[in-house]
Amino acid sequence: MKKYTKDHEWLRVDGDVAVVGITDFAQQQLGDVVFVEVPEAGRVLEAGKEAAVVESVKAASEVFAPVSGVVIEGNAALSDDPALVNRDPEGEGWFFTVRLSAPAELDGLMDEAGYQSFVEAQH
Amino acid sequence: MTTALPQDSVSPPDELRTTPLHALHRELGGRLVPFAGYEMPVQYPAGILKEHLHTRAQAGLFDVSHMGQVRLSGPDVRAALERLVPGDLQALGERRVRYTLLLNEQGGIRDDLMVTNGGDHLFLVINAGCKRDDIAHLRAALPSSISVEPLEDLALLALQGPAAALVLGRHIPGIAALRFMTVTDAVIGGIAVAVTRSGYTGEDGFEISVAADHAEAIARLLLAEPEVAPIGLGARDSLRLEAGLCLYGHDIDETTTPVEAGLTWTISARRRAAGGFPGDALIQRQWAEGPERVRVGLRPVGRAPARDGTEIQDPAGQRVGIVTSGGFGPTVNGPVAMGYVAAAQATPDTALTLIVRGKPLAATVAKLPFVPARFFRGGTL
Repeated sequence: MKKYTKDHEWLRVDGDVAVVGITDFAQQQLGDVVFVEVPEAGRVLEAGKEAAVVESVKAASEVFAPVSGVVIEGNAALSDDPALVNRDPEGEGWFFTVRLSAPAELDGLMDEAGYQSFVEAQH
Repeated sequence: MTTALPQDSVSPPDELRTTPLHALHRELGGRLVPFAGYEMPVQYPAGILKEHLHTRAQAGLFDVSHMGQVRLSGPDVRAALERLVPGDLQALGERRVRYTLLLNEQGGIRDDLMVTNGGDHLFLVINAGCKRDDIAHLRAALPSSISVEPLEDLALLALQGPAAALVLGRHIPGIAALRFMTVTDAVIGGIAVAVTRSGYTGEDGFEISVAADHAEAIARLLLAEPEVAPIGLGARDSLRLEAGLCLYGHDIDETTTPVEAGLTWTISARRRAAGGFPGDALIQRQWAEGPERVRVGLRPVGRAPARDGTEIQDPAGQRVGIVTSGGFGPTVNGPVAMGYVAAAQATPDTALTLIVRGKPLAATVAKLPFVPARFFRGGTL
């Protein structure tokens, strides 16, 4: 199951675990990503609060936790190769995995079709 | 993601102005954002990183038509403007260009600008964001015998990079011999232009002033050259930062003096000794005694950039300054920044701490520029 947020994050959910990253639309808007700070394993995330940082040449942006939970793993590959976020935003460029503490939060998120129309409606 | 994503706009809000190249920016896929009251391309589809590296490797074309172009004329115009700037305009030969500063009475910087000696007049290029205040200031502070004429019907293009002279030489034979910081009249494709060997990227290059209604034709002619790519304001910023050049409103403003900003090289021995510019006594004293704070380069350790406004601390945790420009330097291939620190902390290699998102980030004071300047130093024209 893949879900999307209005803040341009995606989640691939398998049971009570989700992989989280930013969407292809988001990486296009950001431009060349030069630095990513992902959360450490064990960190407790609260939906809507800062979870990671992504910096392009031009600007720093915060990535908010789309759901509450405990971080299982941050994507270590992004520290050596932050441009992975540009090359493969919804694959190798994932940010972190999280064990959901409130799976019902997923109900408030968009599915792929919903996200596509959300992006199109904005632009 | 935050809401800070730059948005592409379909049409500029009413209050934003556009340059004569606006339609071309659209056609080229430029991402248009508000900047200093104008809707300007921050980048094209290639992206800031590639645009930056392309400029350092070949040649980039920049639209800088948002900047103000102003003609000053009247009796003793150079002496008159010297009352407002510390630059040596008496020593400025005909067709020569000088970088100088409009100062306030406290020695603070109202704007930084280029002044060209046009023989019977002076030609100024001023910052877009300072235009209105500068023109009002010039009109109020210069004698009434000096005419201050904003040249609203001119565009300004910059062609920057190691291939700039080769490219422009195909259209203007002999232009490669133009000396650094010198202007000449020329013709490109039948269009009259004024070409200056100058720029703000640290690379060799030219700035081309042209009538607004011919700007697009010139831009298209240059973009048709295989070495030339369009470059947006994003790369213009990273290029000037690597070159150690000040951005007005960030690295210099009304509260910073030329001494603190490391711009005393713009003040000749005659002007230093004789004064006669706003804030002269304060600047002379500060120059002699040494300023309390100075602008320095900073290299954050690791990959995380430190942005404008980041607090700088000494190793003991005392606040010693603030970052005024910072980001990722594509040519340096790492984060670079400039800021003001206490004079005691300004020596290259001094270890400092930057407070980024509440966390300490190690950094060292670095010599400026981060990337050596490659201005053209020969020439006969």
